[in-house]
Amino acid sequence: MDKMGSGEGPDNLQYRWCHLRKVLERTGPFCHPDFEPSPDNLNFLMESCKLLVIGAGGLGCELMKDLALMGFKDIHVIDMDTIELSNLNRQFLFRRRDIGQSKAEVAAKFISTRIPGCHVTPHFSKIQDFDETFYRSFHIVISGLDSIVARRWINGMLISLLSYKDGVLDQSSLIPLIDGGTEGFKGNARVILPGITACIECTLDLFPPQVTYPLCTIANTPRLPEHCIEYVKVIQWSKENPWDVPIDGDDPQHINWIYEKAMERAVQFGIQGITYRLVQGVVKNIIPAVASTNAVVAAACATEVFKLATSCCVPLDNYMVFNDVDGIYTYTYQAERKEDCLACSQVPTTVDIPGPEAKLEDLITVLCESPKFLMKSPGLTATIDGKNRTLYMPTVASIEEKTRVNLKKSLNELGLEDGSQLMVADSTSPNTLIIILKFASPPDFEME
Amino acid sequence: MIKLFSLKQQKKDGETAPKTGNQKKPSAAQLRITKDINELNLPKTCNTEFPDPDDLLTFKLIICPDEGFYRGGRFSFSFKVGPNYPHEPPKVKCETPVYHPNIDLEGNVCLNILREDWKPVLTINSIVYGLQYLFLEPNPEDPLNKEAAEVLQNNRRLFEQNVQKAMRGGYVGSVYFERCLK
Ligand SMILES: [Zn+2]
Repeated sequence: MDKMGSGEGPDNLQYRWCHLRKVLERTGPFCHPDFEPSPDNLNFLMESCKLLVIGAGGLGCELMKDLALMGFKDIHVIDMDTIELSNLNRQFLFRRRDIGQSKAEVAAKFISTRIPGCHVTPHFSKIQDFDETFYRSFHIVISGLDSIVARRWINGMLISLLSYKDGVLDQSSLIPLIDGGTEGFKGNARVILPGITACIECTLDLFPPQVTYPLCTIANTPRLPEHCIEYVKVIQWSKENPWDVPIDGDDPQHINWIYEKAMERAVQFGIQGITYRLVQGVVKNIIPAVASTNAVVAAACATEVFKLATSCCVPLDNYMVFNDVDGIYTYTYQAERKEDCLACSQVPTTVDIPGPEAKLEDLITVLCESPKFLMKSPGLTATIDGKNRTLYMPTVASIEEKTRVNLKKSLNELGLEDGSQLMVADSTSPNTLIIILKFASPPDFEME
Repeated sequence: MIKLFSLKQQKKDGETAPKTGNQKKPSAAQLRITKDINELNLPKTCNTEFPDPDDLLTFKLIICPDEGFYRGGRFSFSFKVGPNYPHEPPKVKCETPVYHPNIDLEGNVCLNILREDWKPVLTINSIVYGLQYLFLEPNPEDPLNKEAAEVLQNNRRLFEQNVQKAMRGGYVGSVYFERCLK
């Protein structure tokens, strides 16, 4: 199916990698202090290093092309979207005949065919469809996403892969995340070393909030075409519910309905400027994409991947903003880690428990009396068999009533085992804590 | 700066990695809502109902104002917390038909922190207080129910009578309100 770079063809020509060799086999004034020049560096990059690119859209196409041309040969790509006509102006791995097909699959095939020796493995799915074992198999993850939810998810996943020995991070469990983002003429590239530098969650405030208008303005004093569209989207749709379903921004029937109703409203208030495209833009929250911004941000990301993979140079520390609205402007600064970050400040704490026959109330007693915790009225939840369970929550009457029975149940009966993780919220801590149950060894194993 | 791949000659297969068990990890939204719910500090006029205690993302808030125009009424709000919480606010709707300048007949609520002024530092508790305040100080400046707002602005007595009429169950103008007295 795919032709692999099996040692023949242009790969063997001396000159293909001569520029990389100059960087990787010699030292220089800007090298990372620990850098050891050697042919091993290029060898690792080409033969061992396994990359995951998330998103095969505007940024993803650029990223895959850059990384493949840099010599990375083992690249995986995930994207759940299919190709649309409007993608073709900038997502250059796709052609008109590809419309309707998986972005990941078409992009993978294009790169694998076009760049000798490089093999791209496509995954036509959501990032949430894969588990830890999958993500743990990569050296570096690169994201070119337009969704904050997806960014937060992969961030949380990579943080959950970290392992700690006596509270100290085991660096071999660390998988760097290089995150690129663009919005029109603005973009950013950042290097996230989970557990070490600021993560997505630490800097959630940096993401621009969705544009929203006050409800009363939309309802009574609309001035902009957007107000009219929002009115139909937020108020009129649920009132009239033409198809008895939530709005689907990809359904032309839905967009047409909203367009017509928004027009009526605009006429009523003497507002001009409603177009089908604007309706689509407001409903789907589309920000126009600019090919050159994607190219610059992807190049910055790919350079960071190269630096991390080879240790040839100190990586970006850690957040670069780029703006080419008016001339070109870039600025790099060190985004700070948040001490109480919901994601990366979470170092799971172990709690010693006699065994599976201990009751939930015994666990709560430990949390309240052990000098390590000294909690006041902890609320406990857990994920058991893939489902969220509220084990006990004393502060909310309706939950307390329904979960009280759990207090007398044994941990075993509740589906908890040695190593199970629980979320514990208490007024004594600014965040929900993650605790890991540790059962005392059964007597049989005590003699060695 | 750390040098990441000192062990870089080795390939990654996953089996060398430490086993932490294949548990589903709680999302940041889940961690945050657990905290928000556990720390709910409700005024005595408010109460929450969780139809499914395992689902902390879906619940109702009941407000029974003990002063102001709406004293004696009982108003139910539905809360839906999405996966992007707290980057995005929860979706809140009023389920009790109410004659109120800032709540329309479909249950949409005009409260700034539910939309344009939402910030991740705000909590479920902030919204509870915001909603409670709407009943104490209905605001005719930001109307969602324009008729009610005009009455409140021009004739407070009539507004008070209309609120009473609506809460007892009956017509205000051409709109019928179901009884919602406690
Ligand atoms: Zn963080």
